[in-house]
Amino acid sequence: MAERGFSVARLPGFSTIAIVVFVALYLPIITLVVYSFNAGQSVAVWEGFSLKWYVDAWANDAVKSATLRSLGIALCASIIATAAATMAALGTTRRKAFKGQTFIYVMINQPLMVPEIVTAVALLIFFASIKVATGYQGLGYLIIAHSAFCIPFAYLPIRARLEGMDLSLETAAADLYASSWQTFRRVTLPLLAPGIMAGAMLAFVISLDDVVITEFVKSGGQDTLPTYMLGQMRRALTPEVNAISSVLLALTVLLLTAFFLLTRKND
Amino acid sequence: MTEVTAVEARNAVKAFGQGEASVRALDDVSIKINKGEFFTLLGPSGCGKTTLLRLIAGFEMPTSGTILLEGADITYLPPNKRPVNTVFQSYALFPHLTVAQNIGFGLEMQGRPRAEVKATVDRMLALVKLEPMANRKTSQLSGGQQQRVALARALAPAPKVLLLDEPLSALDLKLRKEMQIELKRLQMETGITFVFVTHDQEEALTMSDRIGVMSAGKLQQIGTPREIYTKPVNRFVASFIGETNFLPARRDGDALRLGEGHLIELPAGVPEGRAVTVTVRPEQVRLVDASEAGAIPATVQSLVYFGTDTHCHMALADGTEVVARLQSSATGEAALAQGQKVAFRFAAGAVQVLED
Repeated sequence: MAERGFSVARLPGFSTIAIVVFVALYLPIITLVVYSFNAGQSVAVWEGFSLKWYVDAWANDAVKSATLRSLGIALCASIIATAAATMAALGTTRRKAFKGQTFIYVMINQPLMVPEIVTAVALLIFFASIKVATGYQGLGYLIIAHSAFCIPFAYLPIRARLEGMDLSLETAAADLYASSWQTFRRVTLPLLAPGIMAGAMLAFVISLDDVVITEFVKSGGQDTLPTYMLGQMRRALTPEVNAISSVLLALTVLLLTAFFLLTRKND
Repeated sequence: MTEVTAVEARNAVKAFGQGEASVRALDDVSIKINKGEFFTLLGPSGCGKTTLLRLIAGFEMPTSGTILLEGADITYLPPNKRPVNTVFQSYALFPHLTVAQNIGFGLEMQGRPRAEVKATVDRMLALVKLEPMANRKTSQLSGGQQQRVALARALAPAPKVLLLDEPLSALDLKLRKEMQIELKRLQMETGITFVFVTHDQEEALTMSDRIGVMSAGKLQQIGTPREIYTKPVNRFVASFIGETNFLPARRDGDALRLGEGHLIELPAGVPEGRAVTVTVRPEQVRLVDASEAGAIPATVQSLVYFGTDTHCHMALADGTEVVARLQSSATGEAALAQGQKVAFRFAAGAVQVLED
């Protein structure tokens, strides 16, 4: 390896800081996972290995219904958000540059910047008036809210994929008698598919994990897994919460690994 | 035999940008390309040759002017409605499709029956000798093989004109030479009109039936490779294709006076009295005995050895430089040395008068 002039790894204290940061990031998570296998009631005192809390959580109807609700909302929201994000990404990359393009980017990505609590309060007030006007109390509000804040997360990988695509492929398709629709259907979309999948997975994980907006928007009996856990912890802290968290963690790690595999640069 | 025009551009202008900053990539170009010919657009980068190709393909619309395909106006027809196919410089092969699917893409989009698509794809695979690769992904192929897939894909729908945008520029020298022969063979076998864009004069000379030399958005000269090489019309064409000598001259009665000195045979088309520039290819300059009639004395300035030949740079009495290309032989030019007094003549008919 040739001499690189500057390497951050050679600065004094680099390894120490790196170790401290990794410990701070992962030690709590490791502790959480370890105590989910605790035989006792405590989340702090180890009393032997057991799968008791996983069995308990599995048997708990409230956990089951919250899990199904979370997965249902995440599925609906990620599909809606990905569809909207795909259209937005096509609209911002497959046309001539136009005035106000930067403004459009900011508009699409705005939910990333606005404090979540502000969005949550805004949605609470907005939906409250609709609830009064229509009488509808269903999960639709949560799905709409989740779709909205998932759009920028789905948009970013899809747009990156579109921008990285060789435009001469679409020109070649047109040259070979493909109409605009056929070009999109037969060339752009198949090449974009990994980006769309990645966007959908990211949106799914983001929706699954949301607490703040859900807590404000949900009606009674509409607990998702995270808000259920929050509620539980107000009463009694048992390793059951650790068990649920560990499963959630495993699911997220699985999806994010798939996300990184899909967004890797090779086709 | 009367020539049938395959594709024609009439007064084609393509300007990019607006108002003051606007640049004419194509400046009033008119050209007729005959059916079944291998036509090359040759010029340096930025001369407008690719722009002309894109107008024919339909990827761009001209600012003004008309593009005709077999007599029909196609100026504003979208690319997918034109029976014209392109081999792209980057090949632009579909990475998610196999070799066979790439080749069949155009036919499928035209809505041809499945059996016909398969038969044509098989025929194309045989034509470019890629039968064993039919089910590979294009990323698994070498550069030369990708090039042949791109060719087969563009030829499969049997276009009226095949456009080739510098298709050989990404290949190494040896492969490029092979593909030159391959392209010529494909053109002969299919009988399709090829319009080939290149900046490589050797490619143009070896493959083309006719060449259109372009510079600064204008067509400088159209002709067979021999005409372009031996009878360049202007300084640009003469210098872009091959190496040459430029010499100032003036008509003096029934002879041509080089600079202030020697009289040589008068070529056609030189008006009395006006100063002109003449050009002579280095291989048409012969070293002769000083006593020979018409021999021009000169001094050897330098000798550059190229293997098959040696370039002998000479200076006339008035300082004008002339380069002679001398075939390498066992003896001969090896005897020459810097500063030596020599004499030369131009081969009969080798002197060309340039327009500007």
